[in-house]
Amino acid sequence: MMVGNIITQLSIFVNNEPGRLASIASTLRECGVNMKAFNLAESTEFGILRAIVDDPEAAYDCLRNRGIIVRKTDVIGVVIQDTPGSLFAAANVFGEAGINIEYGYAYTGRSISTFFIRVDDPARAVEALDAAGIRLVTEEEI
Amino acid sequence: MFWNPKIECMPKEDLKALQYRQLKQLVNNLYSFNQFYHDRMRAQNVHPDDITCLEDISKLPFMYKQDLRDNYPTNMFTVPNKEIVRYHVSSGTTGKPTLVGYTRNDLDYWTEALARSLTSIGIGPEDTLQVSYGYGLFTGGLGLHYGAEKVGATVLPTGVGGTERQIELIQDLGVTAIACTPSYLIHLGDTARKMGVDIQRDTKLRKAILGAEPWSESMRQHIESSMGVKAYDIYGTSEQAGPMFTECEERKGIHIAGDIMYVEIIDPETGESLGPGQKGEMVVTMLKKEAMPMIRYRIRDLTTLMDDDCECGRTSPRISRITGRTDDMLIIRGINVFPSQIEYTLLQIPEVGDQYMIHVSREGALDNMVIQVEIKPEAFSDKVEDMVRLRARIESDLKKYLNIAVTVELKAPGELPRFEGKAKRVIDTRMI
Repeated sequence: MMVGNIITQLSIFVNNEPGRLASIASTLRECGVNMKAFNLAESTEFGILRAIVDDPEAAYDCLRNRGIIVRKTDVIGVVIQDTPGSLFAAANVFGEAGINIEYGYAYTGRSISTFFIRVDDPARAVEALDAAGIRLVTEEEI
Repeated sequence: MFWNPKIECMPKEDLKALQYRQLKQLVNNLYSFNQFYHDRMRAQNVHPDDITCLEDISKLPFMYKQDLRDNYPTNMFTVPNKEIVRYHVSSGTTGKPTLVGYTRNDLDYWTEALARSLTSIGIGPEDTLQVSYGYGLFTGGLGLHYGAEKVGATVLPTGVGGTERQIELIQDLGVTAIACTPSYLIHLGDTARKMGVDIQRDTKLRKAILGAEPWSESMRQHIESSMGVKAYDIYGTSEQAGPMFTECEERKGIHIAGDIMYVEIIDPETGESLGPGQKGEMVVTMLKKEAMPMIRYRIRDLTTLMDDDCECGRTSPRISRITGRTDDMLIIRGINVFPSQIEYTLLQIPEVGDQYMIHVSREGALDNMVIQVEIKPEAFSDKVEDMVRLRARIESDLKKYLNIAVTVELKAPGELPRFEGKAKRVIDTRMI
């Protein structure tokens, strides 16, 4: 298994009240966290901020010390080619391999576009994608 | 109209003499046959011989809800199990419920009290009474049921819920009276309007017996003007038997049948007796109760006693509308809820931290309770589905324990207020 293909996402609990996201964002700034990609999932009274950051370990410790509920989650980043059908190619691999996608979000960087995906078994997902010749992004590339 | 004119209109002095005889007999009986109250009297150094007039009741020791819990289930009973004919159970505050046992005579005085009350508001054989109180472990349903049958009324035992069907039955069966919580009646009125049914025009419903939760004169006016029914307050808790005493047609306080229950009003801080018209904590002594003692029981309801003459001719004293509690009990949609029950339930859930807040409001006619809980960091998941499932599990645990549906909101640690000194975790915005 290629460990480099598993990317650490920070998941942060956010109360769904006015100003809460701003307060979390301000803490992220104080911790010097640079967010590469993020996604916000919400329920009626709380939200979950999922972020790919440049130094997840340092950011995790800093946020935790400031009393933020944060968790490290393994995700994978599928490189999406700028051509029709490239999302299908990746999604199809998951379907065939019986891997369940919990959620995902897209990120368009300077050089590559990535679809970050949370799956129930990231290691198996990496194997299946690798076998199908689909490229995964590494932390260094983001 | 009187059900039992001899007792109900007895001269006050005669009633006092009767109450003294009943008290004397009760104390003798409990001292001899009830271990719990025997010990309680010994501890306070009181002997039955010390009771030589009705006022001597103040020498007797108090009883508390905690006594019922400590002696759960049947340690407080005076009679053997073969003489117990029914149980009712109300939810407890720290895991243990409150159990009340009834002998045949206990059920009889309860039914007698309700027969007098229903007659006093003009309910009799010509009436059809819909009992929309909960049936089962709660005392409301069965209590009103047997009381109404006793006066010869036709009983429609609908229980709670299925409101549209209840409205159809009110129309189809010519229901003339209903017994339920005030908030349920308002809900029923709103539902009827939505169905295009005008209670005043399209039904024969003219009387409502309302209780089991706090309500006010302004709610009475709202109910009467919007539905065209006359609303009467009813009082009684499971410790006493169940709901039993109502206002009469005059509606100037709830008549307390003096041969059944003796009422004292005390200062809740000092325990000192207060006179008529002075607001304080009601202390009750059930003069006919057999299965378990209920002597000088601190019921925790705040009220005033009125012993002036009532126009209706009844000589029994009256109590004013219950204006509050000396403890922190909440009444949510007719169900008693103690914040300590909520705390106890939350403590059993490993994902929940030790801070919580309870918000109570009234939305339309119904009470709404929202419980905010802080989750522990390790319980957090990046998947919304997991969090929603955790919330649903907390809601279901609370419902199981409190017997009412509540809404739970998940909060991050540190989000809820911390308290220095006495915590104020309940915010009740109901305007009653």
